[in-house]
Amino acid sequence: MKTLVADSKEKLGKGKIVNDFSIQVATVNGSGSQSSNNVLMRSIFQMGIPVSGKNLFPSNIAGLPTWFTIRVNKDGYIARKAEIDILVAMNPQTAIDDVKALTPGSVCVSPVELKLDAIRSDVKHYQVPFSELAAKASDNLKLRKLLTNMIYVGVVAELLNISHPEIENAITKQFEGKAKAIDLNLNAVKLGREWAKENLKKEDAYTVEPMDKTQGKIIIDGNAAAALGCLFAGVTVVSWYPITPSSSLCEQLIDYLKEYRIDKETGKATFAVVQAEDELAAIGMSLGAGWAGARSMTSTSGPGISLMSEFAGYGYFTEIPTVVFDVQRVGPSTGMPTRTSQADLTSTYMLSHGDTKHIILLPGSVSECYELSLEAFELAEKFQTPVFVLTDLDLGMNNWMSDPFEYPTKPINRGKVLDAAALEKAGKFERYKDVDGDGIPYRTLPGTDHPLAAYFTRGSGHTEKATYTEKPEDYVNLMNRLEKKFNTARQFVPKPILSQSKDAKVGIIAFGSSHFAVEESRDELKAAGINSSYLRIRALPFTDELKKFVTDHERVYVVEQNRDGQMRDLIALEMPELATKLRSIRHYDGLPLDASFVTEAVIREEKK
Amino acid sequence: MTTSAPKTNRIGLTLADYKGSPSTLCDGCGHDAITSQIIKSFFELGLSPHQVAKLSGIGCSSKTPAYFLNQAHGFNAVHGRMPSIATGVSMANHNLTMIAVSGDGDTASIGLGQFCHLVRRNVPMIYIVENNGVYGLTKGQFSATADLGSKLKTGVLNELPPIDLCGLAIELGCGFVGRSFAGDPKQLTALIKAAASHKGTAVLDVISPCVTFNNHEGSTKSYKYAKEMETPLHELGYIPFFEQINVEYEPGSVQEVELHDGSKITLKKTEHDYDPTCAINAMKTIKQAHIDKQFLTGLLYIDEQKPDFTSLLRVGEAPLATLPEEKTRPSKEVLKEIMEALM
Ligand SMILES: Cc1ncc(C[n+]2csc(CCOP(=O)(O)OP(=O)(O)O)c2C)c(N)n1
Ligand code: SF4
Ligand SMILES: [Mg+2]
Repeated sequence: MKTLVADSKEKLGKGKIVNDFSIQVATVNGSGSQSSNNVLMRSIFQMGIPVSGKNLFPSNIAGLPTWFTIRVNKDGYIARKAEIDILVAMNPQTAIDDVKALTPGSVCVSPVELKLDAIRSDVKHYQVPFSELAAKASDNLKLRKLLTNMIYVGVVAELLNISHPEIENAITKQFEGKAKAIDLNLNAVKLGREWAKENLKKEDAYTVEPMDKTQGKIIIDGNAAAALGCLFAGVTVVSWYPITPSSSLCEQLIDYLKEYRIDKETGKATFAVVQAEDELAAIGMSLGAGWAGARSMTSTSGPGISLMSEFAGYGYFTEIPTVVFDVQRVGPSTGMPTRTSQADLTSTYMLSHGDTKHIILLPGSVSECYELSLEAFELAEKFQTPVFVLTDLDLGMNNWMSDPFEYPTKPINRGKVLDAAALEKAGKFERYKDVDGDGIPYRTLPGTDHPLAAYFTRGSGHTEKATYTEKPEDYVNLMNRLEKKFNTARQFVPKPILSQSKDAKVGIIAFGSSHFAVEESRDELKAAGINSSYLRIRALPFTDELKKFVTDHERVYVVEQNRDGQMRDLIALEMPELATKLRSIRHYDGLPLDASFVTEAVIREEKK
Repeated sequence: MTTSAPKTNRIGLTLADYKGSPSTLCDGCGHDAITSQIIKSFFELGLSPHQVAKLSGIGCSSKTPAYFLNQAHGFNAVHGRMPSIATGVSMANHNLTMIAVSGDGDTASIGLGQFCHLVRRNVPMIYIVENNGVYGLTKGQFSATADLGSKLKTGVLNELPPIDLCGLAIELGCGFVGRSFAGDPKQLTALIKAAASHKGTAVLDVISPCVTFNNHEGSTKSYKYAKEMETPLHELGYIPFFEQINVEYEPGSVQEVELHDGSKITLKKTEHDYDPTCAINAMKTIKQAHIDKQFLTGLLYIDEQKPDFTSLLRVGEAPLATLPEEKTRPSKEVLKEIMEALM
C-alpha cells in the first residue's frame, strides 16, 4: 500500500510506474469523445488491469468543457483519484487551467499549437500535431473532429504501451456491426500511434503491463445495473419523466424490456412504459398501477422527488407498493444537475407531510444497484408501501468494474394478496387489519371476482375496514400499526455490511457511492497507523447491527456526501445516548468522493 | 298483498347491488342526483361491479364514488391527481371498466394538467366532472369553470373567463364529449351508458348545482338557471348491444352512431340539427353558445376511430397485474447473455 507521499516521490524518480495512474481527457461536450474514452478504458480493462471511468460533464448539450477520467489501478481501487497523472488536454478553453492543476512530474499530451509547455516546465509534455494528423485521417471536416479523438487514443496507447489487439477489440465492440466506422476509427488510432512511435521519446514513468485481474468482470454503470434489477424483478409498469442523472435508468430499462420482455408466443409486451407529463403524474401512475397489482416503478432525481412528495405520503398512508428511484444530484433547486451528491437522504426518508417514514435502500456498488433493485420490489410488495432506492450520479452514470450479476435465487413474492379462493376460505376481509401481528395487512386487487374483495382506498382517515373515520382512536390505531409495520421492516431490509478490524477503536460508517473511497481510505489509514472497522449502511430504517457497531467503537466517523451530515443526524436521532461518539466527514463539492479526502479528515481528527 | 321480487338485470343483479354507502353530502346537492344516475346506468348495463374500478380526486364530488357500486374497488386520490392514478390502473389492468368522478376544481383548477394528458393519451374510462362552478368542500370559492359575470353568495363577481372542459377535451382529441345537467336524468343516463361503450376517454361535463354555495340568483350554475336555460342539442337515446331493437323513425329525423361494443346512440333531431361527428362544428357550437350565453347539452362530439391508450401499449389480453413469473422474469440464460456482452 502506497501513501500519497510515496506516490509523488515515485513519480519524480526515473523508475517505472506500472498499472497505477489516472488519465484525464479534457474535451468539449458534444465533440464525440465519449466513444474514444470508452475505447481507451476498455482496452486497458481487457489487458486484465482494473479500471474505472468517470465522466465530469456540464448540464449542456454542446460546447462546454467536459473531463473524462480513467483510473488504472493494479490493486483494484476504483474510487475517484483526485490527482491526475496523465492529462490529455484537447480543450483549448480549459487547457491552461487543466495544466496548471497538474502536480509536478505529471504528463501532458496536447495539440502542439496550444504551446502548453510554456506554462509548466515541471510537467512532461508530449505535443502532437493533431490537426495535421486528422487531415490525413479523413477529407470530411466533420469526421476529422471525431477522428481526432481516436488519434489521441493512438498516441496514449503508444506512450502507455497498450496493446493494439485490445484496442482493435474495444473498437469493434464500441462500433458493433458498423464495419465502416470500425475501419475509420482503427485507421485514426494507427495514425496517432505511428506518429507517436516515430516522433515522441518516452520520458515518463507510466506504463501498463498485462495482468489477470479483470477476467470474468464486467463494466457497467449503476443506472444500467438498476435497470437490470427491475427487468429481473419482473417490473410491469414503468412511468418516468426525464431528468439528469436518472434518465438513463429508464432509457436503458426500456431497451432491455423491448429486447427481453416481448412474449414469444403472442408478440405482445409484458410491460407498459409511459413517459409522464411530470413527476407528480409519474408517481401517480406508478401508485395506480401498484394498487391495481402491477410491479410498478418510477425513477427521478432531486427536483422530481420534491414534486412526488404528496403522493409519497399517500402511498405510505394507504399502503400501496411501488418503487421509486432517486439518482441523486447536487443541490437544493436545480443545483448542479450533472454533479453527484447524497443530500436527499433525510428529505426522502420522511418525504411528505404528516408522520411519514419510508423504507430506503442504499446500494453501494453497481452490483448492489442490481441486487437492491430486485429487493426493492420484493420489499414494496411485502410491506405494501413505496420503497425508495437512493443512488447518485457517480454510481448511476459512471462506469464501474464489477463481478457479473447473479440470477435471483428466490421466486417472486407478491406479498399478502388475497385472490377469490383465498377470500372464500378466509370468509372475511378487512383491508387494514393487522391479522398476523406484524403490522402488515392483506390486500385485494380490483377485478377480483368475490363479493368480499372490494374496498375503498382513501387518503383520509380510515378504519380497519377502510371506511372513512375521524375518530381519534381510529387514527391512533392506524398510525401505531404503520409504525409497527415499519419496525417489522427493520428485520427484512438489507443488513449493513460489516468489516471488522480487531481491536480497532475507530469505526467508519458510510453508504452508497462513498464505499470504494472508504475502502481505499481504510488501507491508507492502516498504513498511517490507524486501524479502523467499517460498517456500510444499506437501508433505512436502521437495523440492530448499527447500534452495536457504534457501541463497540470509541470514535465513529460517518462519511457522507452532503453538507449537513444527514446520516449522522439520523443516527444521533435514533440513538441519542451514543451521539457524542459520532464524528462527521462531509464531502459536498459535487465531485465523487476520493480516498484521500476521508483519510486526511480522519487523521486530522485522530491527531487532536 | 304480495311483494314482487325486485327487478334484475341481464346478470341477475338488482339495483341495490349497484348502490354504495349513504351519501353525506348536503340535501339536494346535484352530485347526489348524478350518483343515482350512475347507479341506474350501471344496473341497466348489467356490468359486473367487481370488474369496475371507481376513482376520484378530492372535493364533495370526489366523495361520491363511495356512494355507488360498493362491490367495486374504489380509489379516492389526492386533489387533482386522479388522472395519473387512473392511467396507472389502466396500464396494470386494462380489463377493468373505469369510472371516475371529479369536480370542476379538481379537474379545471389544480388538476388541469393531468386532465389534459389523460385525455391526450385516451385512457379508456368514463370521466365525469360534477361541475358546480365553485369549490364546494372548501366552502364556495370560485373554480376555473365559473362563468364570466357570475356572482358568489357574498356578492364577489367572477371577472375571469371560464375554462370550457368540453371544448378543451375536443381540442385534445377526446373521442367522446358530452355535456349534461344533474336535473336531466334521462339524457344523463343515456350519456353515461354510451360512455361505457366507448373505447377511450369519455368526458362528461355535468352541471351539478351546489345548493349550499352556488344556487342563488346571479349564479349560472344554479338549478333555476340550468333548468331554464338548458337547450338539448338532440333527444338522446342509447340501445345496448344486448337489446338490439328496431324502431322505425321518420326518414332523416334520427342519426345513429354505432359504438365500439356494438351498442348504438340515437340522436333525434331538434331544431338544432346538430352533427356530433365533426370536431370543427362542435368547437364552433361551443364557442357560439358562450357568446349567446346558451346552455347546450347533449353529445357534443364523438369519434369511434381513435386508438385508445391500451392499444398503443401493445400488451396482451391478460392484465399485466397478474402475469405469472414465467412471463415477467427473463431466464438465467438471458442474464448470462447480458453479462457476457458487458465483459
Ligand atoms: C393539495 C390540496 N390543496 C387544497 C386542498 C383543499 N381542497 C379540498 S377540495 C377543494 C376544491 C374542490 O372543488 P371541486 O373539485 O370543484 O369539488 P366540489 O367540492 O365543488 O364538488 C380544495 C381546494 C386539498 N385537498 N389538497
Ligand atoms: S357544499 Fe355544495 S357541493 Fe358540497 S355537498 Fe354541499 S351542496 Fe354539494
Ligand atoms: Mg366544484
